[in-house]
Amino acid sequence: MELLQMSVRAMSEKIKSKALSVKETVDALQMKLAEKEPMLGAFLTINDMQLEQRMDEVQKGIRSGRYAGPLAGVPIAIKDNICTKGLRTTCGSRMLERFVPAYDATVVQRLQDAGMIILGKTNMDEFAMGSTTETSAFRLTKNPWNMSHVPGGSSGGSCAAVAAGEVPLALGSDTGGSVRQPAAFCGVVGLKPTYGRVSRYGLVAYASSMDQIGPIGRTVADCRALYECVAGYDEKDATTVKREVTKSLGHEPNVEERIEKLKGMRFAVPKEYLGEGTREEVREAVKGAMKLLDRNGAVVEEISLPLAEYAVAAYYIIACAEASSNLSRFDGVKYGYRAEGAETLHEMYVKSRSEGFGEEVKRRILLGSFALSEGYYDAYYLKALKVRRLIREAFDKVFENYDCILTPTAPTTAPKFGTALKDPLLMYLQDADTVAVNLAGLPAISVPCGIDAEGLPIGLQLIGNAFCEETLFAAAEGYEELRGKFPTAWEQGRERL
Amino acid sequence: MAKKQYDTVIGLEVHIELSTETKIFCGCATKFGAMPNTQTCPVCTGMPGSLPVLNKKVVEAAIALGLATNSRISRRTIFDRKNYFYPDNPQNYQISQLYVPVCRDGFLEIENKSVRIHEMHMEEDAGKLVHDEAAGISLVDYNRSGVPLIEIVSEPDMETAEEVIAYLEKLRMLCLYLGISDCKLQEGSMRVDVNLSVKEAGSETLGTRTEMKNLNSFKAIARAIAAERERQIMRIESGQEVVQETRRWDDAEGVSYSMRSKEDSKDYRYFPEPDIPPVLIGREWIDGIRNRQPEFKEEKAARFTEEYGIPAYDADILTQSRHLATLFEETAKRSGLPKKTANWFMGELLRLLKESGKEPEELTFSPKHAADLIVAVEEGKINQANAKEVFAKVVEADVAPLSYMEQRGLMSLSDEGVLQAAVDEVLAEYPEIVEEYRSGKDKVFGFLVGQVMKKTKGKADPGTVNGLLRKNLSRFA
Amino acid sequence: MIKIDEAVLEKAELLAKLKVDASERERTMNEMEKLLLYTEKLNEIDTEGVVPLSHGEPGEATLREDEVTNPDGKVQTLANVPELRNDCPVVPKTV
Repeated sequence: MELLQMSVRAMSEKIKSKALSVKETVDALQMKLAEKEPMLGAFLTINDMQLEQRMDEVQKGIRSGRYAGPLAGVPIAIKDNICTKGLRTTCGSRMLERFVPAYDATVVQRLQDAGMIILGKTNMDEFAMGSTTETSAFRLTKNPWNMSHVPGGSSGGSCAAVAAGEVPLALGSDTGGSVRQPAAFCGVVGLKPTYGRVSRYGLVAYASSMDQIGPIGRTVADCRALYECVAGYDEKDATTVKREVTKSLGHEPNVEERIEKLKGMRFAVPKEYLGEGTREEVREAVKGAMKLLDRNGAVVEEISLPLAEYAVAAYYIIACAEASSNLSRFDGVKYGYRAEGAETLHEMYVKSRSEGFGEEVKRRILLGSFALSEGYYDAYYLKALKVRRLIREAFDKVFENYDCILTPTAPTTAPKFGTALKDPLLMYLQDADTVAVNLAGLPAISVPCGIDAEGLPIGLQLIGNAFCEETLFAAAEGYEELRGKFPTAWEQGRERL
Repeated sequence: MAKKQYDTVIGLEVHIELSTETKIFCGCATKFGAMPNTQTCPVCTGMPGSLPVLNKKVVEAAIALGLATNSRISRRTIFDRKNYFYPDNPQNYQISQLYVPVCRDGFLEIENKSVRIHEMHMEEDAGKLVHDEAAGISLVDYNRSGVPLIEIVSEPDMETAEEVIAYLEKLRMLCLYLGISDCKLQEGSMRVDVNLSVKEAGSETLGTRTEMKNLNSFKAIARAIAAERERQIMRIESGQEVVQETRRWDDAEGVSYSMRSKEDSKDYRYFPEPDIPPVLIGREWIDGIRNRQPEFKEEKAARFTEEYGIPAYDADILTQSRHLATLFEETAKRSGLPKKTANWFMGELLRLLKESGKEPEELTFSPKHAADLIVAVEEGKINQANAKEVFAKVVEADVAPLSYMEQRGLMSLSDEGVLQAAVDEVLAEYPEIVEEYRSGKDKVFGFLVGQVMKKTKGKADPGTVNGLLRKNLSRFA
Repeated sequence: MIKIDEAVLEKAELLAKLKVDASERERTMNEMEKLLLYTEKLNEIDTEGVVPLSHGEPGEATLREDEVTNPDGKVQTLANVPELRNDCPVVPKTV
């Protein structure tokens, strides 16, 4: 299908040059959606109500020159924990099944201002807690490469929708790998920007000190275009920084330019990320990428990052602690699920929350409440914060000598349904490759680097220094060029939709 | 009666509500009396995804109060979340400060002792609950949710209700002079929690303390302190333990009740608020605020006594309000008659305030008008009785006294030409009295003055009449 | 070594305003304990003198001016309230 062969910039150019109308574009995608969604289940809400009016508005805006940017007219899907005014935002939870925000998240505002069109809201693990999208209260999302496997999570719906060609772009959120890991599992590109780069205003908080909204696309260039649209200081989020976001040039760099940028670029590969916990095929794919970079003028060196193995422990303590507080606002008073028949205030709170939240969410809230409680605060929460500092410092040290750190995005490819949730600890350990980045607030991108014997994609993770997204894009684009075109799920013929 | 002697140990936690235009973490208005839930937004109602952004003015108020209480200002301060479930608290956590508060280690001088201030921190206020007893429900109004507060925590350095009240008065005066809060106990813009324990006289070990809430006046504070002291002594002497708890004072009943509940935990799980990065307070910022600090009450009162020669008592009263003090000083300067000005303020002005039930802050007259009147009296342009009437008008409606006096015919007659006619008439009407005067009966002079005043309907300036009469009488002689 | 028993679970439930079903309690306690035991590996690291890192980016808060920017927000505030009376959310009585 032609529409999905082109880059998002090219798509926008076609629309702006009137070679393609907004309606034609949206209609084509809606046909895709109608065909694939019943099996795939990437979406929770399709934006039926506002769509006609919005298409009209965008078409007029393009004509009048109001929408002239690189993404004008391009449709997008939004993870369902990002508030959209007038469009249901559930966080994949029964708690918010009927919640319709009265305001737009800053990122949503920005992509509206850029003339983009929201097609719908995508499925996710409940409140972004999970790595398979199986903790969603509403439906399972399948992996477009193999329907008996999970798409990863928690931004599983967003990544599956892009991988299946339902939308060219999507937004996800990444607290411990929730953009990068499903991007890897679905064979697409996903970026977790530096903490403070993208406004969190309107992102329903899971762990505030680590949450970051990230773009998902089929290529690094697509991903970057969306990043440039949403990134930058926001007066509504005090944690965003006043640093300029470098905008890419009007033209898309050619092959030579991309590869040229890799020359002399220094990549560090921490050996801890390629140990026993990582599946052989994943290790081989990453080693393949290392060789490719090395052969093309980059410097690739093995290093040691010994604190990596402590990241999961520190991450879960901090994430659960913050979550226990962030999710206390869901109490049945102002919005969301409220249990019937409670006599007292306490009873109303307990019933509403116990009935409204799913198992995984409750487990993390209980753990977090415990980790912050009297007598345990120092031993668990404070200890984790100290280790977090050491992890950040260890990364800082690596970046004194290297431009990028290269690792697998996940130790395995996408597991089958029903395997991950059996053992929470085992499930958490699968996040080992991604969580350290969130603890340290660094940017990281996942780019497809191979396909395993079962036909499932493998992701390569590139980690950059804080606010060095530019370097990360250069490295990722260069690698992408060397690797060659990555197949899509549907071209692969593996997609049995 | 207690068998032994006991000492009372008191520390205070005082919340003051700041009079900023907007809330601490969002751009919602803070005006009183708005319809329920109108002054709200996603931030102050805890909507999913909303984020707090700190109001600069709140930090400035905290720094100013910190400087005024001799506190150490933190160069880097952080906010923490205090986690507890209650419907007036929409996020079910309050953004406050625990680990690195904005100010620490201050003190206030009261009477003959110094009360140490442990720390001061910024936090957000809760919403309001309206109870419907009959329906068994409570209604939540978030208009007050997110209104900025500063909490001032003292060390347990006070022993009596008098000391407590002196400390509160002092703190209140600082806030009023800084213009950061109106500090009204009755209206809740100043809230006082009393931490009290007793110990055997002379003992070094502190007893178990309780925290008393719901104290809405200085009288209630004094009563609650006396009652709680008695209650704790009774328990100790009857062999029971004092339980560390929060109690609610019922001023009508004169007793307090425990506020414990098995469904609530005192474990607030404070942790650093990740949504607000550390607030850095640079030297320049502090110096800027220091340079803008007002002259506080005591300095001002001393200077008034010194500079204007008014009694210390008057100076103390006139500086109870920064606004009143400013009005006094401006009026005194303009009239050049500071002592007369003080008399008018201490007498008439305070009486008028009392009558109208107004606060000094509500006074809106211009010092020029007050000064004009005081000078007119001094110059004999108006008599005392009329002057009081005009002064009331100046205070009430800020009228320009000279034109007002003229319009209403309240000016004293001092025009000799006009008065000469009246004098001539009187001298002609009472030849026998004139004779008596000339024969040395000086007493009758008063009668003649009275007659002239009568003829001018009391408007004549007595000084001018005196002079004119004497001159005329001597001429006849 | 942490031990999660009924008392600890009950305390956590009280703090979190959650109730774990009787049939789930045993499993929940085991899982919590297993996860917490795993995190105790952090004790292998010497953190003496290390300053905790509590925020995502070690920057400085941006502050706002004290200016009213929000209009009447009642409609938006009340749009999702489950039980409403007199323009106020309703809760079971609190006193």
